[in-house]
Amino acid sequence: MKRLLLALLCFLSFSVYANEPTATTEEATDKKAFSPGEMILHHIGDSHEWHFATLGDEEHGTHFTIPLPVIAYRSAQGLQVFSSSKLAEGKVYEGLKLEHEHLVSEDGSKVYDFSITKNVASLLLSAALLLIVFTAVARGYAKRGSGAPKGIQSFFEPIIVFIRDEVAKKSIGPKYERYMPYLLTVFFFIWFNNLMGLMPGGANLTGNIAVTLTLAVLTLLITLFSSNKNYWHHIFATPGVPKPLLPIMIPVELIGIVVKPFSLMVRLFANITAGHIVTLSFISLIFIFQSIYVSPVSVAFGLFINVLELMVAILQAYIFTLLTAMYIGGAVEEHHDADYQMGGGDGAEPAHAH
Amino acid sequence: MSIVTPELGLIFWQIFIFGIVLLLLRAFAWKPILASLKERESSIEGALRMADQAKLEMQELKAGNEKLLAEARMERDRILKEATDVSNQLIEQAKNKATEEGSRMIMQAREAIQNEKNSALAEVKNTAAKLSIDIAERILRRELADQPAQQQLVDSYLQEVKLN
Repeated sequence: MKRLLLALLCFLSFSVYANEPTATTEEATDKKAFSPGEMILHHIGDSHEWHFATLGDEEHGTHFTIPLPVIAYRSAQGLQVFSSSKLAEGKVYEGLKLEHEHLVSEDGSKVYDFSITKNVASLLLSAALLLIVFTAVARGYAKRGSGAPKGIQSFFEPIIVFIRDEVAKKSIGPKYERYMPYLLTVFFFIWFNNLMGLMPGGANLTGNIAVTLTLAVLTLLITLFSSNKNYWHHIFATPGVPKPLLPIMIPVELIGIVVKPFSLMVRLFANITAGHIVTLSFISLIFIFQSIYVSPVSVAFGLFINVLELMVAILQAYIFTLLTAMYIGGAVEEHHDADYQMGGGDGAEPAHAH
Repeated sequence: MSIVTPELGLIFWQIFIFGIVLLLLRAFAWKPILASLKERESSIEGALRMADQAKLEMQELKAGNEKLLAEARMERDRILKEATDVSNQLIEQAKNKATEEGSRMIMQAREAIQNEKNSALAEVKNTAAKLSIDIAERILRRELADQPAQQQLVDSYLQEVKLN
């Protein structure tokens, strides 16, 4: 177990010294001019190959990349699977080519791209890591029963207990147990992927809008499917709001349903992407000034941001989990729990007598 | 901007892989982990409750012991008191009996003394009568030798006797 983790870390930190200086990109039309914006966008974006480093010149140097499988579907050709190395450097393969990392067909027909991109590969790695780590934790419980935790089990137990007691129980209430698997999975998924994204050569998975969108939509679906009558009552007949105002309030509340997961999506995406952009910007300074003497400043600031990002990694995972729990809590809340707000639109009597 | 455009492929893989991870972790990690945590918490709670109960029982036992001790002390005092009473009573009884016996013996002695005295007196009387008779006999025998004196005596008796 430990050896496996070590191997994974070694693999991911393989290119620690060589990753960041891969400033110039394949798309750079003028290889003399360094464009930090393009470099950064390339780094935080997705890619059809896993690029670690380039030694030497962009055109003649050695590229350390792992080609990844391309899976494309076109209605005419059907499903096609081939290695991304066949599309490297703008090559055309079976009528398909990469344009700014987007798979397009030469004849302009619609291509559905299900490729195992860098992000998908990273996603698979993180999934494997999550499964390995937490089955190991579960084995610890199976072995020691209700005895004192040990090893990896004792590292994760306080976090699991924290999510259960401080996040789920407090935000959801007595029905928290049903949602624990989702909350724990989301928390550790985001945390692990944030950390993996911080590793040199790692993919910016949690800073990808598609991933945060999916997580946010899952939260929205869970919220909607677990909502009770009271939740909808609050949306369509908000207590304490005079009837003439309802035509305004109902759309506002309906927008609120969507805005909540939308904020989840944007928050995680923006926080993680921003961290990557700032780190890369500091490193770009070296190349903008074309002087090695800027590097201490870049390294110092880059290190600072990186350490900050370590904290942001767990913080964002926590915030996403906490807000998800709160949205679920709002949906499953029983009637009497929500009575503290808004004192009477219809007289002085309490809104609900017990 | 490409970074804010979600890509269909990644969404597909994210749903697929995240779903599988969620299901697998739920079955093989979260459920056993949460169950073990719950079990441990309940066992700790149970142990604490049992300790409290044991403490309570100990207190009860102690109180019971003290009560028993107090009862034993009372019993001892009672027995001692009873014994003292009995002994006092016995002594009293013995005393009474002794006094009774003494007085009875004194009475007997007195009776015996009286009897002895009576018999002694009777004997003395008898002896005195016999002596007087003897003396009288001897006197008479001497007196009868003297005729005139006899006559005189008879005469004096005759004078004392009054004929009615």
